[in-house]
Amino acid sequence: MSILVNKDTVLMTQGITGKAGLFHSIKCRDYGTQLVGGVTPGRGGQVVEGFKIFDTVAACKEETGANATMIFVPPPFAAASIIEAIDADMPLIVAITEGIPVHDMIKVKRYLDLSDSVLIGPNCPGIVTPNQAKIGIAPDNIFKPGKIGVVSRSGTLTYEAVYQTTLNGLGQTTAIGIGGDPIHGINFVDVLELFRDDPDTEGIILIGEIGGLDEVEAAEFIADEIKVPVVGFIAGVSAPPGKRMGHAGAIIEGKGTSAEAKIKVLTEAGVTIAPNATLIGELMRDRMKG
Amino acid sequence: MVAETADEVETLLEEMNISRGLVKAQVYAGGRGKAGGVKFFESVDQAREITDNMLHTALVTKQTGPGGELISKVLIEQPVEIAQEFYLAFLIDRANSCPIIFVSSEGGMEFEEVAKKFPDKILTLALCDDSDFEALARQINRIFQLDKTSFENLVDLIEKLYHIFVNNDCTLLEINPLAVCVEGGRLMPLDCKMNIDSNARFRQKKWWAYFNNELNEHEKTAAKYGLKYIKLDGNVGCMVNGAGLAMATMDTILATGHAPANFLDVGGSASEEAVTQALKIITSDPNVKTIFINIFGGIMKCDIIAQGIVNAVKRTGLELPLVVRLEGTHKEKGLQIIKDSGLAITSADSLAEGARLAAAAVKEA
Repeated sequence: MSILVNKDTVLMTQGITGKAGLFHSIKCRDYGTQLVGGVTPGRGGQVVEGFKIFDTVAACKEETGANATMIFVPPPFAAASIIEAIDADMPLIVAITEGIPVHDMIKVKRYLDLSDSVLIGPNCPGIVTPNQAKIGIAPDNIFKPGKIGVVSRSGTLTYEAVYQTTLNGLGQTTAIGIGGDPIHGINFVDVLELFRDDPDTEGIILIGEIGGLDEVEAAEFIADEIKVPVVGFIAGVSAPPGKRMGHAGAIIEGKGTSAEAKIKVLTEAGVTIAPNATLIGELMRDRMKG
Repeated sequence: MVAETADEVETLLEEMNISRGLVKAQVYAGGRGKAGGVKFFESVDQAREITDNMLHTALVTKQTGPGGELISKVLIEQPVEIAQEFYLAFLIDRANSCPIIFVSSEGGMEFEEVAKKFPDKILTLALCDDSDFEALARQINRIFQLDKTSFENLVDLIEKLYHIFVNNDCTLLEINPLAVCVEGGRLMPLDCKMNIDSNARFRQKKWWAYFNNELNEHEKTAAKYGLKYIKLDGNVGCMVNGAGLAMATMDTILATGHAPANFLDVGGSASEEAVTQALKIITSDPNVKTIFINIFGGIMKCDIIAQGIVNAVKRTGLELPLVVRLEGTHKEKGLQIIKDSGLAITSADSLAEGARLAAAAVKEA
């Protein structure tokens, strides 16, 4: 089994004719994802690389039966694109775009809260259920079907963790990057809840970083609800306070948001913390044995 | 009123028709008062003297690094007789995804201190575009206890500040202190700190141009090429794609007993030019003894970055030991390019190995 995406996922792309949008749409299709078309306003009716182009999300969804969309639209227009997908009742929206202003995301969240859509991201690598569906920009040769659920706030660290579980022979049920922005869609607790209910997920890797309190909420949920082994990693032990480390979310603002504070609460919740990112796979393998 | 020289201060004092007041250092950090960045003057000569002593020196406060922030401007303020001082700030509540207003009856001092000493004198309220500002002001007034005139002033002020906060893409708008003047009970923001969301630079060009003037050469180059660079104190230079992996790389270097010289995220789609600039920025730091490039290609293709690295090494004539770890999209092609280049670049097979090799190179250097 898996969470959120599988072989029945029918994907479309917003911003499909842009450079990154087209490159990764082709990559997702090559991986085996059913990618049926996409949207670029003003280019409806064209066919690009075998993808049917539509002017609106609603039109694309109606004709292709898409049940998921990935967004590559540039930051100034990305929030409007997410809102368009919400308005079209798209069940799953994956926003890859990096650099959406936080005030735009406040608006998006208000729309999102009134809808049934699930938003992953923005500023995220997407989601992969190995050999079934890939949405987003992750490299495809690092995945392997298996039993570990991976959830991460950081894109490239998601790859790091996934690849280590592959090398250790564990494989993944689903790997999901929730994005590094301070205001984002699906959060750790939402994903943990889905992994809890997935019988094939026998272990979970959670990758957090400095900033915000998402990991603290995750720790509470893990202590109460998660019965399978959890291995965690928190990036930013060496980060100086108050400096923004690339991600808009990765800044230590105060109490409880430092790497040390997060490591403490997660450890108390029974999570095995990897002292550095290179040990995530091994520790997971050890926990699975014990 | 802001001045950049002692002569300008004198002109300002004439214009403002005052000879008593405050000189405040203009830097991108708080905690100035305690650090000597805010001083009273009783005469024009004293104002000149204070200004001369402040300008072009680095002010080190709790919020700056150990190197401090260079003072290139000072603010001249008129003395007002103050009945009371409050703290008021707008910021973004990540957990609830909305702006919040944060107030305390204890203005003037650093907020962190107030939060510690008087937790019961703080109020946090969520707000949005259709908030009822009068109702909000009423709640705030339980803490401020203002009279009728000042209260009406408060309603007006928070509505205006909220719009400033939203329209300027602020992530923080702090008024500290917010003073109640003895004369007329008027509310007067005496100092302000704004943080502008850098993701909104495409529509906040005015602020960005202003901020850009204050950046040093490396920070300007970094901004131009979409690199995120922060200088640190160690001697292992690093270049990584993705903020999380960049931090994890720094943490791994630290675990080898060495320290990272910088944080540098080359972003999702770095060009050869960006990689070259990144290498130049890293090597401009004389503390750097070795460089570790760690790339896990997703959106970024390893062959592109490998070509960028090879060309950049040739162009910059890099002499420091260089360890490169490539993984992900087009990894094999990337490794081949590095091998074929004939350059003295060490390839690492994992993050752990890369950090170890880079650390070993520091010892030899």
